[in-house]
Amino acid sequence: MTAPTDSRSAPIATRDYRSQADLGGRDGYGPVVPEPEGENFHAAWEPRALALTLAMGATGAWNLDESRSARETLPDYAALSYYGIWIAALEKLVVAHGLAGVDELSAGRVLRAARPLARMLRAPDVAATLARGSPTERPAQRPPRFAIGDAVRTRSDSVAHHTRLPGYARGRNGRIEHFRGVHVFADMHAHGAGEDPQWLYTVVFTGNELWGGDAQPGTSVSIDAWEPYLEAAP
Amino acid sequence: MGDAHSHDDDHSELGPMDLRVRALETVLTRKGYVDPEALDALIETYQTKIGPRNGARVVARAWVDPAFRQWLLADATAAIASLGYSGRQGEHIVAVENTPARHNLVVCTLCSCYPWPVLGLPPAWYKSAPYRSRAVKDPRGVLADFGVRLSDATEIRVFDSTAEVRYLVIPQRPDGTDGMSEEALSELVTRDSMIGTGLARSPGAP
Repeated sequence: MTAPTDSRSAPIATRDYRSQADLGGRDGYGPVVPEPEGENFHAAWEPRALALTLAMGATGAWNLDESRSARETLPDYAALSYYGIWIAALEKLVVAHGLAGVDELSAGRVLRAARPLARMLRAPDVAATLARGSPTERPAQRPPRFAIGDAVRTRSDSVAHHTRLPGYARGRNGRIEHFRGVHVFADMHAHGAGEDPQWLYTVVFTGNELWGGDAQPGTSVSIDAWEPYLEAAP
Repeated sequence: MGDAHSHDDDHSELGPMDLRVRALETVLTRKGYVDPEALDALIETYQTKIGPRNGARVVARAWVDPAFRQWLLADATAAIASLGYSGRQGEHIVAVENTPARHNLVVCTLCSCYPWPVLGLPPAWYKSAPYRSRAVKDPRGVLADFGVRLSDATEIRVFDSTAEVRYLVIPQRPDGTDGMSEEALSELVTRDSMIGTGLARSPGAP
């Protein structure tokens, strides 16, 4: 039905999963360019891209973690604007879930019948739906493995799926600073493996632990890490 | 919002992305997956209702009301909801307070996680590779890009938003603001000061 070479029909997860979005600590990107408040969009299509992404997310055809996975695996991620990334990922998700074909997106016309979806976001429900959001905290089924102040080491292996442990914080020694409750585990949830809720901790690292001699004095970085990312420090 | 009704206008000025997004919108709408009026409502919401003035009101309240400040630091999601702000991309909010001894800076190195109910949509720079790559390693250099220079004695903590917790920075209340109304104070609270890339404005400053 679809040309296998088209990026819009690429699989979401593969054995050689590679995130293009893991940018923390990389060198060579130049200065940050500040911008005044209120400049939300820079092209007429960008608000449409935002709204389409939110409206399709509200159908329940996929979850937010799957969306993030679809975005970060775009091969041309680095060359795209941020809303360009959103549109490319939305096309990929729509095609992967069989909601539309690449031919339909290319033609801008409906060529086949729609698939039934669980929900449709209607205009009168927008405010309430946004105000409700999608909380990810779940009841604890077991006590946390770590305590505040514990020394921990992050997992050092790379994984062939979506993950929220940034590369710069892999295999590093940190300290548990806060409990954040039990949350849907993005690594599993992104790939249709259910919610698998896990304890989430704020883990803090010294600048020196992360960057060695490049660290700026008096700086530290924290991440929010699910329990499977952590082991007791050796 | 006129954009939704201009689909049959002159196409000659439309670029490739305009046409691509229009094609996608047409297919998704005609298949009955999205309500075109919901699209307009979503855009209007983030253009006019949900933006950094929400967060500025939260910060100003914390500056004038010690009990609210304590609540905000202990349970930001509930304290913020009491002012009417909640939901998408702010389901679990944590507020972190800047002090003379410690400055907090928020980033999402992996994508663009940002506390939407209080700050609205993230600015382009927040989603950009320069900010996401450098905030964790070169926070003082990033602050310099925003014209902010802190004392070397001020500790900097960078919060990388790697899960569904969203961070709101409570900037320091500027000097010379005693007796100012909560509303006037909220005008001093910039978006950037609630991300940590700026400071609250001083009264009378541009």
